[in-house]
Amino acid sequence: MSRLLAVLAPVALVGLLLSAWEIACRSLSVPAYLLPAPSAIGAAFAEHWRALSISAWNTLTMALWALLLAAVIALPLALATALSQILERAVSPIAVTLQVTPVVAIAPLVVIWAGLDHPERAITALAAIVAFFPIFSGASAGLKSADADLQRLFDLYGATRMQRLWRLRLPAAVPFVIEGFKVAAGLSIIGAVVAEFVAGSGGTQGLAWRILEAGNRLRTAEMFAALFTLAGLGAALYGLLQVVERRVLTLWRGGG
Amino acid sequence: MTAASARLDAVEVDYRGRRALGPLDLELAPGSLTALVGPSGSGKSTALRLLAGLEAPSRGRVARAAGRGETALVFQAPTLAPWSSTLGNVALPLELAGTPRHQARARAAAALARVGLAGSEDLRPAQLSGGMAMRASLARALVTRPRLLLLDEPFAALDEITRRALADDVLALWAETRPAVLFVTHNVEEAVYMAERVVVLTPGPGRIAAAFDIAGPLPRPAGYRVTATFRQAAEQVSAALEVAMHGVAA
Repeated sequence: MSRLLAVLAPVALVGLLLSAWEIACRSLSVPAYLLPAPSAIGAAFAEHWRALSISAWNTLTMALWALLLAAVIALPLALATALSQILERAVSPIAVTLQVTPVVAIAPLVVIWAGLDHPERAITALAAIVAFFPIFSGASAGLKSADADLQRLFDLYGATRMQRLWRLRLPAAVPFVIEGFKVAAGLSIIGAVVAEFVAGSGGTQGLAWRILEAGNRLRTAEMFAALFTLAGLGAALYGLLQVVERRVLTLWRGGG
Repeated sequence: MTAASARLDAVEVDYRGRRALGPLDLELAPGSLTALVGPSGSGKSTALRLLAGLEAPSRGRVARAAGRGETALVFQAPTLAPWSSTLGNVALPLELAGTPRHQARARAAAALARVGLAGSEDLRPAQLSGGMAMRASLARALVTRPRLLLLDEPFAALDEITRRALADDVLALWAETRPAVLFVTHNVEEAVYMAERVVVLTPGPGRIAAAFDIAGPLPRPAGYRVTATFRQAAEQVSAALEVAMHGVAA
């Protein structure tokens, strides 16, 4: 009963808000370019669903490539800095600087470097920059997270550096790395969208481009349709990673 | 020099310029059971880490006859690796020392059986109860057949019934191989029950406030807790602790 309620409650709230929106638009005769009614957004979605799904796919693939790229750089780097204090000292200010510099500000440079003919490269690179930090810091924190007493046991039994790494630090890092990926996945989509806005080119045909284009033509209902698709995409990716996290953590600490 | 399993000679430990322990002399004879009682912050755990060789004293000397692999440590928490099976956790000290995996696992299974955990080999720590996890932790400590067993408030997180059962188990296991045992606790009755010698520390920096030899057979026979010997010893230790803490006789 309470479980059913837990599922129904958000659905009911969304339904209620949409109804209020629809009624308000109709009764107040709000112009469609300012705020289209949900029914109009639905119609726009039905009309353009093909283009929207292609755009969603483009945005998703760029975000996923970015995530992969970020992981390929961040994980080995986190491992290297965990093994060498000098390297950690050297790398961490750069990593932090990279993290606090707004991606919007870096974007024009990256667009030039990637070549104006290859906006997808620029977008992937920019999304990767945004996704890099959570994976790097998650892995770095995870590699240092082993229980202090467990570390003392490894000292007591004279564990070698490699034994300590394989049997203590790497397994202890797993939950932190997953958490890092969860944050990075959301950020990679944000990064891809921001980069696409800045690139301002239709070359990649992502969801951000759909929003820009529809906005330029004052087709507000289409803007909303693209926006909701983007939100759905983000939520779906998050949900997928939630499932992956649960599976991996179950394996990690045993079922039950 | 005597043939002590481990000895602290006038050791002092400073943390950030402040004395945390000592000067302290403590000798653990082979096969002896010693309990260290003291208030929080008296440096009990520090003394234990010195004996384990995990920390060096700021001054004084630590002599250890038991080498690496002959010293075992049990903490307040079971401290099991959550990603490894119970068997894997118990086999860890042997595997770190290079014992072939199948041999290590066989000895670990035997150690688990000795602490009453036969059949729990494949369970993960998260699937064990608090008492079971502590038994697994004991099995891991005993799997190397240590000559020096250091226990740092091992029962503090357990309920009274489990705690009493485990106290008897530890004594029974001690009787099998007779390692020198140092049992750190802040529970006076537990100290008296578990040891033939109880050392009371002052508040930090810990020094020896008093030491008592406890009469009675080890392992303890049933009903030992209600004997006059036990109650008198517990009262004496309690009074000494009271004096150490507040400087007044009870």
